Amino acid sequence: MTRRLGWFLAGGLLVALLLAGVVSNFASGSPDGLDATAREGCTFDAHGEITGGTCMLQQEQAHQLADSPLADYGIRGIDNPYLSTGLAGVLGVLVTFAIGGGVSWLVRRRSPEKV
Amino acid sequence: MDAQAMHIANGIVNGTVSAIFAAFAALALAFCVWRARADLDDRLAPMAGLVAAFIFAVQMLNFQVLPGVSGHLLGGTLAVVLVGPWVGALCVSTVLIIQCLLFADGGLTALGLNITNMAIIGTAAGYLLVAGLLRVLPKTPSGLGTTALIASVVGVVAASQGFVFEYWLGGTTQLSMPWVSGTMAGTHLLIGIGEGLIAATTVATVARVRPDLVYALRRFRTPPAPVAATTAAAPATVSGGQA
Repeated sequence: MTRRLGWFLAGGLLVALLLAGVVSNFASGSPDGLDATAREGCTFDAHGEITGGTCMLQQEQAHQLADSPLADYGIRGIDNPYLSTGLAGVLGVLVTFAIGGGVSWLVRRRSPEKV
Repeated sequence: MDAQAMHIANGIVNGTVSAIFAAFAALALAFCVWRARADLDDRLAPMAGLVAAFIFAVQMLNFQVLPGVSGHLLGGTLAVVLVGPWVGALCVSTVLIIQCLLFADGGLTALGLNITNMAIIGTAAGYLLVAGLLRVLPKTPSGLGTTALIASVVGVVAASQGFVFEYWLGGTTQLSMPWVSGTMAGTHLLIGIGEGLIAATTVATVARVRPDLVYALRRFRTPPAPVAATTAAAPATVSGGQA
């Protein structure tokens, strides 16, 4: 890996860290396109529990890993929501880069037969 | 109140259909790994890590598309342009697997459904559009941006219809399928435009700074595999030569 590529990667990673660590706190809290479609047809109470109607979400089951310390993009134990979301985002970016880049690096083509 | 669930949860599609798509996703990803190895070199491997990390970050940025409805980037087209279709599908899958296992987003049972829609259907549709459009549009930063914009819209809507198909096969609530399809297509058209703008900005920036790192500019230069253009002498062998 050349030095120029290293700088590009560092720059790109910095942008990703800023987006996940800071900008993520300003993201819309509304349900996304899929979630909104899944909720349509049902009525909900203040806690988000279904109170009536027919919708996809009725049969939803809990996530097997709902107790994960990072569940729902927060870090359990950190009460400040900005810090919790931001740190979870930073952690996610670093883990994704490490796993994605690491596995790719291990299986990459060693002999440059075609450039 | 944080509405952070972004992908299909458990129980929305029944267990049998979920298992079928888990098997399909596993096979498709194995095929992608096999094809990706030919692409992955000293330059593309770290780029794959960066693209995956970037998609993870941008998926956290839900943007409003309608009152009470938001959307986020899926990333298939962005990945195709920067690292190619095979590595790209693996990048999106990596993000989905990490989101599921670490952040409890997208059911574990539904992982195959989510990978099929976003990493395979969305990426494949984006790839077909990118490969086609780059034969017409200029291979400049703005041409590449336009390509990414259009391909993202199509890729996102295609991914949303992947869910519709899965729901038709194994949805756990009786709903009107035309309504599901129409609602998903409508919101995802808007989400696709948002994704397209993000993807276009990103790929145009990379194309300006380091055009040599853009897979679509390096590798799509050669004409794609001949589509069974049977020349005079050649006997009409196989016609299903797909790209």
